[in-house]
Amino acid sequence: MQMADVPYALPDERGHFGPYGGVFVAETLIHALDELREQYARYRADPEFVAEFEYELKHYVGRPSPVYHASRWSERLGGAQLYFKREDLNHTGAHKINNCIGQALLARRMGKRRIIAETGAGQHGVAAATVAARFGMQCVVYMGSEDVSRQAQNVFRMKLLGAELVPVESGSKTLKDALNEAMRDWVTHVEDTFYIIGTVAGPHPYPMMVRDFQTVIGRECLTQMPEMIGRQPDAIIACVGGGSNAIGIFHPYIPYDRVRLIGVEAAGDGIATGRHAASLTAGRPGVLHGNRTYLLQDANGQITETHSVSAGLDYPGVGPEHAWLKDTGRAEYVTVTDDEALAAFHDCCRIEGIIPALESCHALAHAARLAVTLPRDKVLLVNLSGRGDKDMNTVAERAGLHFYCRPACDPSRR
Amino acid sequence: MRSIAALGQADIQALANRIDATFATLRAAGRTALIPYVTAGDPSPAVTPLLLHALVGAGADVLELGVPFSDPMADGPVIQRASERALAQGVGLRDVLTIVAAFRQRDSTTPIVLMGYANPIEAMGAEAFAERAKSAGVDGVIVVDYPPEEAREFAALLVERGLAPIFLLSPTTPTARMSLVADMARGYVYYVSLKGVTGAGHLDTAAVAARLAEIRRHVSLPVGVGFGIRDAASAQAIAAHADAVVIGSRIIEEIEGGPADEAPARAAAWLATIRAAMDEVAKRAA
Repeated sequence: MQMADVPYALPDERGHFGPYGGVFVAETLIHALDELREQYARYRADPEFVAEFEYELKHYVGRPSPVYHASRWSERLGGAQLYFKREDLNHTGAHKINNCIGQALLARRMGKRRIIAETGAGQHGVAAATVAARFGMQCVVYMGSEDVSRQAQNVFRMKLLGAELVPVESGSKTLKDALNEAMRDWVTHVEDTFYIIGTVAGPHPYPMMVRDFQTVIGRECLTQMPEMIGRQPDAIIACVGGGSNAIGIFHPYIPYDRVRLIGVEAAGDGIATGRHAASLTAGRPGVLHGNRTYLLQDANGQITETHSVSAGLDYPGVGPEHAWLKDTGRAEYVTVTDDEALAAFHDCCRIEGIIPALESCHALAHAARLAVTLPRDKVLLVNLSGRGDKDMNTVAERAGLHFYCRPACDPSRR
Repeated sequence: MRSIAALGQADIQALANRIDATFATLRAAGRTALIPYVTAGDPSPAVTPLLLHALVGAGADVLELGVPFSDPMADGPVIQRASERALAQGVGLRDVLTIVAAFRQRDSTTPIVLMGYANPIEAMGAEAFAERAKSAGVDGVIVVDYPPEEAREFAALLVERGLAPIFLLSPTTPTARMSLVADMARGYVYYVSLKGVTGAGHLDTAAVAARLAEIRRHVSLPVGVGFGIRDAASAQAIAAHADAVVIGSRIIEEIEGGPADEAPARAAAWLATIRAAMDEVAKRAA
């Protein structure tokens, strides 16, 4: 496999990926971020820390997650072969736990006993609450009040795990507002509190640190794919909200320039309707939540409300490294609508016996779309970033009473 | 070098920036500046210029005018509400500059400092913003989420036009960064008096005094103190150590506490009590 000539070593010392990333926060947080940067630099190079991280990933999370050949679906499509990286099989049901383990171990070494987190769909909140229980730490999760009512089951899970859940009533009452509120908490309790950001966004070192903890996904694939098919895949496809599962599987493959990297954003009701969450496709660069990146915003620079059937993609920004990968052309970014994602959801359930998270369905939908255009000897590796248990209500609502029926028993289709 | 107290009126006039002139005058008179903060467009774009005039009438020396933003991460609930009220009326950065220009028609001396977040400025374009801010009559700019490391070009654009880039210092700022801020800042520096968001209530005056002494070893500009000052007693306590007292959330509580058209009168009446309390301290000291 060919490697690119120029080694990729971003971000720079101050967290920049080209013009993106950086540290755009109020002065009160600068010191906390400096401390975090120094401590992370120290521990990422500490063999004991790395060994403990790997031990937890193996024995608590259940890694390595397998790669699975979706042979029935591939056969039906009649084109390229679909392979799934099964992050849905992780403890707590998604890739989010990888990062939470890493940050919780770091928090413990830094002597911080209280962790805070923001959450949209609740997956990161559940993962944060889980590691807090695992390591005996106090945990406060901020969640937009709109999301609290949409994700009742995850709210209950977090409470079972002993976390305090704070509904956020400001702004649009969704993920971005939960992030604002978590930042406000951090600035107020900066001495004893560790903020576990759930995605590859926020001020440096978060985009780099979260990426590093998530690259376990791609590193496993680097050895698993040759074992299964004797080579690396032709393309890797992952959904992108903030972009942590995507960067986790993309990053180790950046030097492999024959492997296409394809990020899939949420087109919601369609890009033309304005009701979507596709910041790379339809946004402009700006500054939010501590970093410069592509943002969905109006002409006045106000951040606009987003829409996606998948709460985990419902965010107006995107990790700065994705912004850079887009501008440099190393990764491509496409979109999938709510309806396309839901169709992929049902296909995956019925054909493969896997109930995927709605976020991951965006990647699946594009993979299916792309597979039919390619010959059978091509291989597409999809990051199946989470399982769909949390999405039962959403899918049931969208499909009315008949969501559990095959199309044949749907009266409207008779 | 002559002490600032020795400057004559002509010298003061010659100072390019209204902020420098104001602080020079105040220092000569042994007074502490009073800086109210209000959000532009709250309670309405029409009332804001009247509100600003009323605050000047009540003893404000410098005005901090907030630029509404959808995601005010560093602000507490009171200023968040003010921002949401302004946004609900569609107030953007262009409108804020229009408000400043309207204010300038009747007041050519009181400095105005815009305070807000980076994204509305980047959406307009940093250079276009600096140009328009200058011609509207703005004197200084605080961008909460532009720490000095990320603001070099922006600060240069302001300084070229005689506008002051104003930076924040916090209880956690190490001394090495104070020198960096001192190099880049103009006008004054803004000491955030507590670890928290605007309007929080755990101000420790003794700790602030100790920090100010430290800051003055590195920064020669006037030092304003804000976040958490909400009554005559805390204003007096801070005024004894700072060059300026900044009050935001408490004034906005006055603005939102009654009919919109009477907001200037309510805010001015409250600010006047603070001015009187601060002047009392100055008199006792003199």
